[in-house]
Amino acid sequence: MKVWYLICIAVFLNSCGNQGEQNASNSNIDEGELILTDADQSKEANRSEALPILDFTELEEKYLTPASSEKTYVLNFWATWCKPCVKELPYFERLRATYASQIEVVLVSLDFPENIDKQVVPFIAKHNLLSTIVLLDDPDANTWIPKVDKSWSGAIPATLIIKGDRKEFYEQSFTYTELEKEVQSIL
Amino acid sequence: MKTQFFKFIVPMMVLSLLVSCQDNAKENATVAENVQPEPVASVAEKSPIANATGYTIGDAAADINLKDVDGSMVSFNDYPEAKGFVVIFTCNTCPFAVASEDRIIALDQKYKSKGYPVIAINPNDPEVQPDDTYELMQAKARDKGFTFPYLYDASNTVYAKYGATKTPHVYLLQKEDGQNIVKYIGAIDDNVRNGDQVKEQFLANAIDQLLAGEEVSVKETKAIGCSVKQKKA
Repeated sequence: MKVWYLICIAVFLNSCGNQGEQNASNSNIDEGELILTDADQSKEANRSEALPILDFTELEEKYLTPASSEKTYVLNFWATWCKPCVKELPYFERLRATYASQIEVVLVSLDFPENIDKQVVPFIAKHNLLSTIVLLDDPDANTWIPKVDKSWSGAIPATLIIKGDRKEFYEQSFTYTELEKEVQSIL
Repeated sequence: MKTQFFKFIVPMMVLSLLVSCQDNAKENATVAENVQPEPVASVAEKSPIANATGYTIGDAAADINLKDVDGSMVSFNDYPEAKGFVVIFTCNTCPFAVASEDRIIALDQKYKSKGYPVIAINPNDPEVQPDDTYELMQAKARDKGFTFPYLYDASNTVYAKYGATKTPHVYLLQKEDGQNIVKYIGAIDDNVRNGDQVKEQFLANAIDQLLAGEEVSVKETKAIGCSVKQKKA
């Protein structure tokens, strides 16, 4: 009886270890973690079909020179492989959910275009990201980085908050509290 | 009593092990895909202030004394024949750093003999970025056949002294009156992602101008890079 329990524990521990390894090396979607409403699911489906790929001119026209001075745009420059970026993505998602009527959160991925299908789209689905997401494909970063902000060295994560003529730029990682505080100061 | 122990206590233990295992799995799912889960300790880099410090063009760079992947200590004084140095902050796994590896090797091979050797420094704290341990740096240098020193900054201070915020981040130095003067800061070229589509060789052009005795025309450039991984100050 005693031996049986010990074996049982050993088996559980072993399978647990394997699971951890699989998660670390496998970027496939874990269906069990996604609990989606119907609306979210349809958005998810659309997202997978097309991740808008923009050059900087297009990004600038669409989000950096907003026509409306009522809405606040929060642009976050990130990539799927950037650990501090991934860590703060939930805060941007929470910001989007909390201030849906006042803010548009735009997650600007700097992933390499050749990784869209195998890395970026599965990542977006896996983490159930519902913010606006675009991929910035513009290799001439020396030209466009200073147009985002003169002080930006080019390191990610970086965040730009825009409302009308006001622009605030942050080359840093955020906690939710820090992010919300900055956004509230510009709303 | 003994039976009770096995009937209730042991299953409870197994259950709690399983639960903690699931928590682990969830944590794994929230971090970047191709890296190991990081410790909960904060990773964020507060850089707006750090940006204001560090070297600017014309500053004299302090000497370094850092451990190379072969175990030897490297400083600028070890290169009495050099005219200057191509100091590149880079790391093991940042995709932009990896995409630049072949170009860094080519630069070293071209300019070392002309007096401007590459000195690569890994600015990341391996406690924050586990992919950047000294041992993995050794493996990287061996596997890629690095022709230049790849230095480990155990003090985690050199990057800040220079003002490096990301990998790759280049500082071109020229010896003048016994000092190493910063002549160029920024990117290797205008296409960090794809070496085949480069139009402007910023760094090579700057070294060529120094070799010709001219002033560097493009002194500072920008490129996207991975933020330096250090514990929050």
